[in-house]
Amino acid sequence: MKQMQIIVLVKQVPDTTEVRLDPKTGNLIREGVKSIVNPDDRNAVEAAVSLKEKYGAKITVLSMGPPQAIDAVSEALGMGADKGILLSDRAFAGADTWATSGTLGKAIKKLGDFDLIIAGRQAIDGDTAQIGPQVAEYLDVTQATYVCGIDEVRPDAIVVKRRLEDGIERLELRLPALLTVVGELNRPRYPFVGRLLDACREKAPIEVWNAADLGFKTADVGLEGSLTHVVRTFSPKSKRQSEMLEGSARDAAASLIGKILNKKLLRETV
Amino acid sequence: MSVWIETDLCNGCKRCIKACPYDAIEMRGEKAFILERCTSCGSCISVCKQEAVKTDAVPRTIPDFSDWKGIWVFAEQRDGELLRVSLELLGKAKELGGELEQGVSAVILGKGIERLCDTLIRFGADTVHLVENESLRLYRTAAYTKVLARLVQQFRPSVLLMGATHLGRDLAPRLSRRIGVGLTADCTELSIDKTEKILLQTRPAFGGNVMATIANRYSRPQMATVRPGVMKTSEIPGQAGEVVCHDFKVEEKEIGTKVLELVREKKKKTDLSESNIIVAGGRGVGDRKGFVLLEELAELMGGELAGTRVAVEEGWISQDRQVGQTGHSVRPELYVACGISGAIQHRAGMMNSRYVAAINKDPRAPIFQVADWGIVGDLHEVVPEIIKQLKTGSWNKQQRGGGD
Repeated sequence: MKQMQIIVLVKQVPDTTEVRLDPKTGNLIREGVKSIVNPDDRNAVEAAVSLKEKYGAKITVLSMGPPQAIDAVSEALGMGADKGILLSDRAFAGADTWATSGTLGKAIKKLGDFDLIIAGRQAIDGDTAQIGPQVAEYLDVTQATYVCGIDEVRPDAIVVKRRLEDGIERLELRLPALLTVVGELNRPRYPFVGRLLDACREKAPIEVWNAADLGFKTADVGLEGSLTHVVRTFSPKSKRQSEMLEGSARDAAASLIGKILNKKLLRETV
Repeated sequence: MSVWIETDLCNGCKRCIKACPYDAIEMRGEKAFILERCTSCGSCISVCKQEAVKTDAVPRTIPDFSDWKGIWVFAEQRDGELLRVSLELLGKAKELGGELEQGVSAVILGKGIERLCDTLIRFGADTVHLVENESLRLYRTAAYTKVLARLVQQFRPSVLLMGATHLGRDLAPRLSRRIGVGLTADCTELSIDKTEKILLQTRPAFGGNVMATIANRYSRPQMATVRPGVMKTSEIPGQAGEVVCHDFKVEEKEIGTKVLELVREKKKKTDLSESNIIVAGGRGVGDRKGFVLLEELAELMGGELAGTRVAVEEGWISQDRQVGQTGHSVRPELYVACGISGAIQHRAGMMNSRYVAAINKDPRAPIFQVADWGIVGDLHEVVPEIIKQLKTGSWNKQQRGGGD
């Protein structure tokens, strides 16, 4: 069997658990939020590196984002990937999942033959989970989402476990295939410091491609190449008038039960 | 393409700042200034009365989609049982169809599922498209994508909705790319723009920290997945509909995927989306013992126990009972939040509850802003008091004003 070619898709995201809202305006405070490798994508890198250790493989990490997203690619190299590509261009900004999957798909075609693409289930800033299946469709390969186990890789097929809401499914997919993986699949290793330092050096095997490198016109990518558009954003606000129930625990409890029964939310005979 | 401000023309009215969906404009001195994170979306251009916002973008023309009509719902079945979210989508589709004066269709794929068509009609479908054969018995991406793509291209619906289940989130993006349309994921609200007659799709973004409303102007059908549990079902008395059977075979070699094994986990069924009353706990509950107390209250009220992400991470409650952005969306009649501060990620999962009661020590906890009734106090004192009074009926004597 010739050496397996694996492509891993990673995204650099703001750590949304750290995001705060401005109490006066209700707007997001974007400044000072640190950037991380999307959590599910670290599982994807780990899965690729484990397969490399078991079967032998060459791993290419592919990301799209602003120039600083190179840090995410470097981190994946630090974990054991061999090569990195960052797609970065002002023209890519504002892309919806249609434009993003088209851009990633074209870059993968440029990279040449592959056996397996591994991505995280979803990114914590968008939470759409759409890029994996859309890239699989662009490339016309089989797909499995919510992968929680990789049982076996054969020259022409892969056997994976897929997490369902109420169970588990074992699937055999014809290769090439695209997997999106969930956190329970593995525990991502920390980047190896030596490799991480190498990945940050100038001679690191990371290339940056722009729209022209992929043969795109501006109208094909980014916001202009998108099919969906944000019309407005707003902070979720509540219409409820919070009525505070005062008094001792005993009084407050009694008032609350009264309110609840008054709205006929409980049977009186409990 | 880019967008810039002619500083000489800007009068500092800040309209563009309000219109910007990305917070990418700020005041620098007396003038508006466009920041690096601008995506050139152009929302600011039309609101500027001074015509100070300029762009070099060629305006995009919207194609004529007047022959794309009808609201379609992909009805998901699992082992021959309809998923509740499919009925929730039909309820919403009926409402949208009413506004657009267009019919509602359900499409269902599988094997031996004909009897489900009746339910789909009772819950709002004017037409049910039924495709049955062995290759569709178990869900496989390629087979379902192929059949749906053909149906959509044949019947040209204006809107196509799917549940944001594991299956829906596997199928919808694959299908959208196949038929060349945009897709909005995990919507929590759908409405019709009255002037443009298009679907407005609202979803949490940025980890639930903001809500974004998204439009799909350039392709049809307008596709969206919708979170289970956020829309209401409504059975329509006397609703009549027709079932149209289609015969589409998909060859095994086209599918490329085999289901080797399918194990449904038979655990005690917790379906938070079906529950009328939910008693939920967060960090303030403190330990597993605290949840025993909440469970007693839940049982007494005939409800289910739930928790926040912190409660799950601490191991106080199982993951299938997590409410919030990364857990379930629920809409019970009554949601009792105990020791929950009300982080926006949690609120995203419970804000559709009909009534919310909150108990928290911190009077400034954001949960109180989304509550109908709030009690500032220690839940370890208040909850036992509620339990005691419910058991003995003594709440009535406590309340001098009288409840009812």
